[in-house]
Amino acid sequence: MEHSQSHDEEGHVVPVSTFTKILIALLCLTVLTVAAAQVDLGKWNIVGALIIASMKASLVILVFMHGKYENKILWIYILLPFVLLAILIGGVFTDDPFRDQLIHFEVEK
Amino acid sequence: MSAHADTHGEVNYLNWKTGIWSWLTSTDHKRICFLYLYSIMIFFISGGIAALLMRTELATVGPTIINDPHTYNILFTMHGVFMIFLFVVPGIPATLGNFLIPLMIGAKDVAFPRLNLFSFYLYVIGAVIGGIAMLNPVDTGWTFYATYSTTTESSVSLMVFAAFILGFSSILTGLNFIVTIHQLRAPGLTWMRLPVFIWASYATAIIQTVATPVVGMTLLLVIAERMFGAGIFDPTKGGDPVLMEHLFWFYSHPVVYIMVLPAFGVVGEIIPVFSRKPLFGYKLVVISSMLIAAVGFVVWAHHMFVAGISDFSAKLFSFVTFLVAVPTAIKVFNWVSTMYKGSISFATPMLYAMGFVFLFMVAGTTGIYLAMLGVDVYYHDTYFVVAHFHYTIQGGAVIGLIAALHFWFPKMTGKMYNETASKTAFALLFFGFNLTFIPQFILGMDGMPRRYYDYPPQYESLHTLSTVGAFINGFGYMFALVNLAWTAKFGKVKAPRNPYNSVSLEWQTASPPIHENFEEIPVVDEDPYGYGTPTGNHA
Amino acid sequence: MSSNAAIVDHNVPPGEPPHIHHMDSKTAYGAAKLGMWLFLATEVLLFAVMFCSFALMRYYHLEEFHDASHHLYLWAGAFNTAVLLFSSYTAAVAVTKAQLGDNKAVVKNFGISILCGFIFLAVKTFEYSGKAHHGMFPFVWNENFYEYKNFLGIYYCMTGLHALHVIIGMVVMYLYGVRPAMNNRFSGKYYTPVELSALYWHLVDLIWIYLFPLLYLVG
Repeated sequence: MEHSQSHDEEGHVVPVSTFTKILIALLCLTVLTVAAAQVDLGKWNIVGALIIASMKASLVILVFMHGKYENKILWIYILLPFVLLAILIGGVFTDDPFRDQLIHFEVEK
Repeated sequence: MSAHADTHGEVNYLNWKTGIWSWLTSTDHKRICFLYLYSIMIFFISGGIAALLMRTELATVGPTIINDPHTYNILFTMHGVFMIFLFVVPGIPATLGNFLIPLMIGAKDVAFPRLNLFSFYLYVIGAVIGGIAMLNPVDTGWTFYATYSTTTESSVSLMVFAAFILGFSSILTGLNFIVTIHQLRAPGLTWMRLPVFIWASYATAIIQTVATPVVGMTLLLVIAERMFGAGIFDPTKGGDPVLMEHLFWFYSHPVVYIMVLPAFGVVGEIIPVFSRKPLFGYKLVVISSMLIAAVGFVVWAHHMFVAGISDFSAKLFSFVTFLVAVPTAIKVFNWVSTMYKGSISFATPMLYAMGFVFLFMVAGTTGIYLAMLGVDVYYHDTYFVVAHFHYTIQGGAVIGLIAALHFWFPKMTGKMYNETASKTAFALLFFGFNLTFIPQFILGMDGMPRRYYDYPPQYESLHTLSTVGAFINGFGYMFALVNLAWTAKFGKVKAPRNPYNSVSLEWQTASPPIHENFEEIPVVDEDPYGYGTPTGNHA
Repeated sequence: MSSNAAIVDHNVPPGEPPHIHHMDSKTAYGAAKLGMWLFLATEVLLFAVMFCSFALMRYYHLEEFHDASHHLYLWAGAFNTAVLLFSSYTAAVAVTKAQLGDNKAVVKNFGISILCGFIFLAVKTFEYSGKAHHGMFPFVWNENFYEYKNFLGIYYCMTGLHALHVIIGMVVMYLYGVRPAMNNRFSGKYYTPVELSALYWHLVDLIWIYLFPLLYLVG
């Protein structure tokens, strides 16, 4: 007994024009990020750079990688590594920046 | 390896193709289970020998059989590396997980059978590279802490590279299982009808897939430090050795859940069967499995309380560590409630499962002590910790593995083992295990440090007691495993298809199963634990 | 969709016997896609270790990171960013073309992506050799630049690891995209390898999207 191969694998075919628009947006954001780097915002430099990078990343994931069309389960696995990255860096940064605290005790004479 | 002969003329996965080449190239998940099983047992035995050598040395004050600390350090390193990376981490998932997951969900095989075999060969390659590293043995401990590991002369790079390869085996197995459970469930088998072993394997597979890459990269960085003098872990070059510990434990805490979650699943399958009662609180057991996996990711620095981390960090991680006890406790309540007013039979798997509950309660409670900051400052790096983690890993994961091997033995081999032999073995190893490690709790409370090859005379009697227990423990395991291996090869008692009248899918097909698992893919319309209930059709 | 026999797949190159699968093609496609996304997740976590190390080293050595970053070739980095973005675009286009059965366009677009990969690696080689010439490269350290060792260690590790993934992505696109497309394998019914190869390549682009500003701009 055979099964016919009549069903298509997945429906959504994204038109090339959509990709072209996203490419232009990505290139513009790249120009923006280089320009923004010329302005010194002190410690907000990195925040700005990460925000723009994340906007670019979102476009790539949502459109180029067809993320827009994927189901919730897949989205959990798309987001999970970023959540864990945040937990890792967050955890390390509860440690190193606060180490001076160890020094703050008085020795009784 | 036409070892498991005598199937009374039936064709099944064991005999439909014979010869060692058919086994070594098989993509059948059931055969891959055995490839892993024999391999991990080699390392269980080797790691066990290392343990017995250490215990023999520690039985009396002063050098007993080992003349220098360096050799002792190599022994505890090998014991840890073999037991963790080569035995318990592959452990239940690579063996019983491989065998059972497709059967329990009504599939013909895992999602990616060839990837499954590739995972096994990655394991073999990792083991071989580790073996080569033994030529210049490593003495850093299985934790490979910088800056000793980044500067010492032995084959650290080879050894951690072996661990890296083994990690990839684990990642790909986890990935395979996640996809299998999502995509290949039989019609009608909704998520909330899955046996808890599947849920446990699913949670484990997630941890395997996402946690392991972190330690993989960390070990590569250790190699980079050794080979290129990179310096991110070297304080003299502006680095932070504690960073290595953060990165290492970010995986190595979740890995203990990789080890023990599948055992929780096994116990959750065994107890309802031998209580003839549905599992109490199925939903809670499911939620708690996923919660353990999740919370397990945010507690890692409780291994680092005295490593020099900040006060703030220590308090935070201590607090969160208490939380992870909650879902585990929920499971214990569920198992005990399942047994309550049940019709209990003390078959061997049930003895192991009940033993697990007791041993894991000791493990969990002593874990709470260690989660307390002030207490941990005293107990860290003492025998108290050693006893705690042996109760969790051996009393938990290993007991779970042996329990599973007994419980599903009829399914895997089509035979029944001798109950008297298996119960005797259990009694020996249970007694021996407790005799080994209860003295170690006391030693720890008295201040005996771990990883020391000698000690002052006042500790001697407890050490001697512990060593006696270790030999009984080892003998008990050997007895149990030899009993199973002998029965698999030479046993004559044929097992029925469903000796326990269980409802889950793996028992609805032949023992042993045919190569394709099911004659027809089943359609599921009932819950997995309908014992003695109106919806279940099993008394 | 229960099936009680092996699923016979006739969608094979001419002359080959049909494949016998244990999943129907829709399940197989879903499985392959989930599998690839899970693999991408593991790659992200691999790089997460480097991003974490970068964050901590930068925290301890902010001045050094700022100064050292200025020694990188900003325009080479920006150019490489554009190259990868464009190659990601052509990879996405290749998937659409495969879905439409236009195998020639698949070859062309993946070919461009692979070419972009070569350009990226050539620029990287130029950057690295420039560094080596100034003594800012492993094994040929010039003591003058020893003070930048923390930044450069992270820089070489991250860009080196990334370059390795560029090479892997190029090979994957060739083996699983270009070559089968040259045999007209793809159509609306079967384009899984193209989609999976493109997903991997997009990941390579994603990592660079973060690497470029952090290493070259912010420092």
